[in-house]
Amino acid sequence: MSTFKLVVVSAGTSTPSSTRLLADRVTQRLTALADRRGHEVTTTVVDLREIATEVTAALVSQLVGPKLRHAIEALAEADGIVASTPVYKAGASGLFTSFFQVLDNDLLIAKPVVLAATAGTARHALVVDEAMRSLFAYLRTTTVPTSLFASTEDWTDPALNKRVDRAALELLLLMESGFAHEVRETSWHSYQHEFGSAGGAEVSIDLDSDLMRLAAGGSAS
Amino acid sequence: MQFGVFSVSDITRDPVSGQTPSEAERIDAIVKIAQKTEEVGMDVFAIGEHHNPPFFSSAPTTLLSFIAATTQRLIVSTSTTLITTNDPVRIAEEYAMLQHLAKGRMDLMMGRGNTAPVYPWFGKEIRDSLPLALENYNLLHRLWREDVVDWEGKYRTPLQGFTSTPRPLDDVPPFVWHGSIRTPEIAEQAAYYGDGFFANNIFWPKEHYMRLIRFYRQRYAHYGHGTEQQAIVGLGGQAFIAKRSQDAINEFRPYFNEAPVYGHGPSMEDFMEATPLSVGSPQEVIDKTLTFREHFGDYQRQLFLMDHAGLPLKTVLNQLDLLGEEVVPVLRKEIAARQAPETPEPPTHAGLVKAKYGDAAPRQPRPNANRGDNVTGGSPYQDTAK
Repeated sequence: MSTFKLVVVSAGTSTPSSTRLLADRVTQRLTALADRRGHEVTTTVVDLREIATEVTAALVSQLVGPKLRHAIEALAEADGIVASTPVYKAGASGLFTSFFQVLDNDLLIAKPVVLAATAGTARHALVVDEAMRSLFAYLRTTTVPTSLFASTEDWTDPALNKRVDRAALELLLLMESGFAHEVRETSWHSYQHEFGSAGGAEVSIDLDSDLMRLAAGGSAS
Repeated sequence: MQFGVFSVSDITRDPVSGQTPSEAERIDAIVKIAQKTEEVGMDVFAIGEHHNPPFFSSAPTTLLSFIAATTQRLIVSTSTTLITTNDPVRIAEEYAMLQHLAKGRMDLMMGRGNTAPVYPWFGKEIRDSLPLALENYNLLHRLWREDVVDWEGKYRTPLQGFTSTPRPLDDVPPFVWHGSIRTPEIAEQAAYYGDGFFANNIFWPKEHYMRLIRFYRQRYAHYGHGTEQQAIVGLGGQAFIAKRSQDAINEFRPYFNEAPVYGHGPSMEDFMEATPLSVGSPQEVIDKTLTFREHFGDYQRQLFLMDHAGLPLKTVLNQLDLLGEEVVPVLRKEIAARQAPETPEPPTHAGLVKAKYGDAAPRQPRPNANRGDNVTGGSPYQDTAK
């Protein structure tokens, strides 16, 4: 019996938003599956629409506002993530990519992620695999095998539910395995970090480095 | 505790009048700003170093020696001197010269600079920025303390029997601050040498700087220079003051909104909330500045950014009146009352002379006669053994 912290990041803009709806379906399935297997899931939703101005402020001035800080803290704690965006002009929403671009490179290392996108036409179906996966690969997350994509017609197709079930199970199994925790515990320092990165959590300083020796009057190698 | 003003040397369009000052106007203005800093009772004026428009301060020692010559008490300093792209030999020479002309009323702050193209202009690579800074400073430190230096490093031509002239005033090197906002190696170097550490404290929330200053204090104690409390810390800050809070906010907002670096980004209210910026009445600026020592510990130098973002000279001088007359005197009194007893005095030339010589007369190096080859050999000064 474990309690898993799930964070849903949605870049949907309308209310109700189909982008958010798709993410919520994953959450519901995940919660039900987890319950059946004796776990509990607590969910935090980051609605990017509400923090859009802080995301752009961070992009242009590196200043992290209070709501963005809160979102970063939730992601730092997350055991699993559902990231959902509308497709605009053959790519993920600029708000969605901007949000993930202002995060520290090491914030999400190894964390399991379900990727989801919505669009008005099935022609955008490959955006999740072609565009979003590379962003999450850069962030060194563990994306689940099943990509979720829903265009208008998918909402009436039971096949979507099947894919949602699959993605939810994949996410749950990755969370259960403890993969991300194990990776972060065992080899955190073999990834690149900066002082104060990982949302401010990375504050260890290696005193036994060439640069530190140079700082203390030594010679450059 | 020292109070003063630091400037980036930006030449920015005034968003209210639409006018951009000429380089000549801005250079005249900065001299007046520095003189005003002394006139209103503050202690320090510091200027940045840049090598591209829209900045004017490419030759800080020239500017600072002129300011020193036209003031009586003011300490002139830098914010920062580029330890990456300047030859440390030239820094040793230029700032020692400034130290003599200013009769010790100077110090300087090392910084790496964040303008990428500057590196290739001076034959360096930005990839080497950190090791360059560290190695260059190791050399600079020796050039001011050893009459004759043999040196070999990775980033500069080796030196054989080199003497940096003039020797520092009273043979006491200028005090050095190391400015950094995110680099533990720089804090480590400041701590290793027992130098000062300065956090510009302007653009980012305080948590960012608190971590680095804490590390610097720990390492300062580790290297045996004193307790953590005795480490020498300086902070930047930024203020816009009016008698009435709302007037300050209304008057500053157009400048804030178009300011370089953070303009067109967060709202002024959010920025004030998250960073040390104070826009308001003298009391509000006092209250906010008094929180700095609670976050960073007791410190020795507080510099304010007052002249950027296109603020016209008249406004800046008026701001300095308010800062010097209504804010700083209260801060001096309040901080003196709250400061822990073992907090060290801020660095001054007189203090450093006293620490080195006690009541004895300082060394005054007199060179031996030129042997005709301009190479002075192993002991160029009369008071060192042949």
